[in-house]
Amino acid sequence: MSSVAASSPGVPPLPRVVPQVHWQERLAQGLLLACCAALALFLLGPLVAILVKSVQDKDGAFVGLLQFREYFATPALRESIWNTLWVATTVTAITVPAAFVFAYALTRSRMPGKIVFRMIALTPILAPSLLSSISFIQWFGTQGVLKHLLGSTSIYGPLGIIMSSIYATFPHALMIVLTALLLSDGRLYEAAESLRTPTWRKFFTITLPGAKYGLVSAAMVVFSYTVSDFGIPKVIGGNFNILAIDIFKQVIGQQNFNKGAVVSLVLLLPVLVAFLVDWWMQGRMQSQFSSRAVPYVPKKKRWFDLAMFVYCATVATLMLLVLGMAVYTSFIKLWPYDLSFSLRHYQFGLIDGGVISSFFNSLEMALFTAVFGTAFIFATAYLLEKTRGAGWTKSAVRLLAAIPMAVPGMVLGLGYILFFNHPDNPLGVLYQTMTILVLSTVVHYYTSSHLTAVTALKALDNEFEAVSASLKVPFYKTFFRVTVPVCLPAILDIGRYLFVNAMVTISAVVFLYSPDTQLAAVAILNLDEAGEIGAAAAMATLIVVASTLVCIAYALVTRFLLTRTQQWRATPIA
Amino acid sequence: MIVAPPVTPNDSAFLRLADITKRFGQFEALKGVSLTVGRGELVVFLGPSGCGKTTLLRIIAGLETQDTGSIVQDGRDISRLPAIKRDYGIVFQSYALFPNLTIFDNVAYGLVNRRQPRKAVTGRVQELLKLVGLPDAGSKYPGQLSGGQQQRIALARALATSPGLLLLDEPLSALDAIERLRLRGEIRALQQRLGVTTIMVTHDQEEALSMADRIVVMNAGRIEQVGTPREVYSLPATPFVADFVGKINVLPAVSEGGGRFRVGSVTVDTATTLPAGTSARLYLRPEEVGVHVNGTAPADALPARVSKIEFLGAFCMIGVVIEGNEAAPLVANVPRQFADGSGLAPGHPVGVTLPAPAIRVLG
Repeated sequence: MSSVAASSPGVPPLPRVVPQVHWQERLAQGLLLACCAALALFLLGPLVAILVKSVQDKDGAFVGLLQFREYFATPALRESIWNTLWVATTVTAITVPAAFVFAYALTRSRMPGKIVFRMIALTPILAPSLLSSISFIQWFGTQGVLKHLLGSTSIYGPLGIIMSSIYATFPHALMIVLTALLLSDGRLYEAAESLRTPTWRKFFTITLPGAKYGLVSAAMVVFSYTVSDFGIPKVIGGNFNILAIDIFKQVIGQQNFNKGAVVSLVLLLPVLVAFLVDWWMQGRMQSQFSSRAVPYVPKKKRWFDLAMFVYCATVATLMLLVLGMAVYTSFIKLWPYDLSFSLRHYQFGLIDGGVISSFFNSLEMALFTAVFGTAFIFATAYLLEKTRGAGWTKSAVRLLAAIPMAVPGMVLGLGYILFFNHPDNPLGVLYQTMTILVLSTVVHYYTSSHLTAVTALKALDNEFEAVSASLKVPFYKTFFRVTVPVCLPAILDIGRYLFVNAMVTISAVVFLYSPDTQLAAVAILNLDEAGEIGAAAAMATLIVVASTLVCIAYALVTRFLLTRTQQWRATPIA
Repeated sequence: MIVAPPVTPNDSAFLRLADITKRFGQFEALKGVSLTVGRGELVVFLGPSGCGKTTLLRIIAGLETQDTGSIVQDGRDISRLPAIKRDYGIVFQSYALFPNLTIFDNVAYGLVNRRQPRKAVTGRVQELLKLVGLPDAGSKYPGQLSGGQQQRIALARALATSPGLLLLDEPLSALDAIERLRLRGEIRALQQRLGVTTIMVTHDQEEALSMADRIVVMNAGRIEQVGTPREVYSLPATPFVADFVGKINVLPAVSEGGGRFRVGSVTVDTATTLPAGTSARLYLRPEEVGVHVNGTAPADALPARVSKIEFLGAFCMIGVVIEGNEAAPLVANVPRQFADGSGLAPGHPVGVTLPAPAIRVLG
């Protein structure tokens, strides 16, 4: 009987149904295409410009790999590669285990003060990476209080870079590892307990495997950050050459854009490898996830809790000493001769010198980045996740959104110069404007923001759009009436992330500012170069204060939203 | 305006599907489905997961596009129309209520868009809330309601714009057992009262049997049978339908002609005649198997033994093995009172009758 419905093989196939596309669907697809084009223009354009420049000579003639051959024939430049890699590896090897123990203490012990420890450990995110370098110079530099501790070793060089980078990368590693440890399933520990598993065995068979992907991800982020960072080695690196510095020297010092392009491609490679390793690992992780997991609740263990407390207290104290020294430096007259309190670095160093304008430039830039960046990123993620059709555009957008994570800021910045400063580019008018600073910063921090938006959107019911269509309500109305309000916490989170990063970013924008659009982090660099370390510290302190205020405002607004306008999140009564 | 006079299902076709096919990559989700749904009818698509029932519903809604085939709704060819230009209301398993809007705003969502005067919208929403039995829920948020209440609101929202067609995609699957039973009856009553043509998708055969005017049993992208619940249950068209809808005994048999079949060492009379020597399977519902304690058995009863008894509340499921036919044990359902009163226990001898009209013979 069932054969009745079967189509006989001899009958010619029926014509394929081609659906009519509604203008709203066309609108959505058009918008997505525009987003895709914008991403391609402001991300791929600059990257292609670097590729092109790297195979040309100064006059623009094609020379193949000549520039690369010359580069690798220069011993000093070759050495930079080695320096970059071993420094980044050392930083990774110290930061990730240190952050893991810290996260372990926060999740698996009953020590007091967890919230305070966590907050202190995350403070480096609020400061430009240069702040730690300034602080370490004050502690261990030529006139440092603790210089004698280092003996004959100088802080200006790999040691300073490594110490500053550990400080700067610690919170990034901590957040990733913390998330991985929080995701663990308490039931596994209960099962192990019932089988009388010893503690060390539980650690190696449950805890470590569960956190494996988080650890790899943290390692890749720390490695990439250290390889890409330009501020720290510039301030504390002395004559120690690394790739990011080489790019800067080639471009700003020698105006050799071709060689700069070559070095930036060399710099791109390790970061790209780290990115691919991370991507591959994340892809394998999906199956581990269980929505029925029960959170682990640690038991009280006196000696373990005490040991963890001592460890966290030590780390937190060290971090406060770094931050504190920078803030202290900004408020004293002249280190180390006159330690009396003074506002002269703020008054004479920043305000009278006119440098303070760069702080307001940074605020303006961070604000624009947060507002326009968040709007663009969230809208693009929405069109990507919640509208129909446009298959290949969607694949392209997904890829473009992932790329920025693999592009060091120096590389992006150089790409922007090459692309927008090109005489034939009509967008050249953007060069050295506030607009280009905002654009490059949005692109630089695109990937994380995009992932936050996508995660929030995926948590929404998939059928909202279908219901709207059945009720004949246009998709954009539902976007504004439902999607945006429901995702507001994630949207604010993206805004805060972009703001804080825009306040401290330096590597991409160091190539792109003009005297009128100089940013605070760049000003720190220039003040430090001029020997005005007090004023540099004052500027760094201002950035920390601004970022802290934004984070507090974010926390208050989020809380207000959760209690007032989002009362629908309340637990069900029935 | 909502309470239209009760409409009895009739034969006038409201929805006509012809030769619908759909592929997802290598997977053939629908292999040529044709179906007609009458005006005011409640049709249930029933089948296991992956049979194509949800895909078919989404194609009717315009949320997926069929590869080939046509759809005509109320005389209008909607084969190529986007969802927003079709005329239907839809309810999903997940409710899909907008969590940040009040119940009132949820139900009014499609009405506000039609630029109706505010008073009309308010009146209509109140009317609908009353209709689904939640007249005071308007100011609450979806998160404050139970699953069953949320699904009632989703129903009200879908009906608000008086669509010609109501689509229900596993509307009861996310609810607990008691709510499911209650809402089942309410949806059916509401549907009959409004006379709205309705298509519901479910994998729950009990739901299908209790609610449908007609059931469309689907399997592996094809329609196996279309019929009233009674037809599908009593006269399954294919072995798949017999197995999928309700419990059934299957006896491998060989025809001896004249409606007689040999099953193991015994012969069974049926109402179906096949040429002698043809292999077939006999299908018989457990409640049709007659179980008689010794002494009360009619003359034609087959001697058998009780192999096990399972207590299921209102009735008992009894395993019986017919003598000389140990390879094919049968299952019989008897009322609890009978099982208790006759003192049946495993090992007891019983007489078993297999009523000829109830036996379905399928190849």
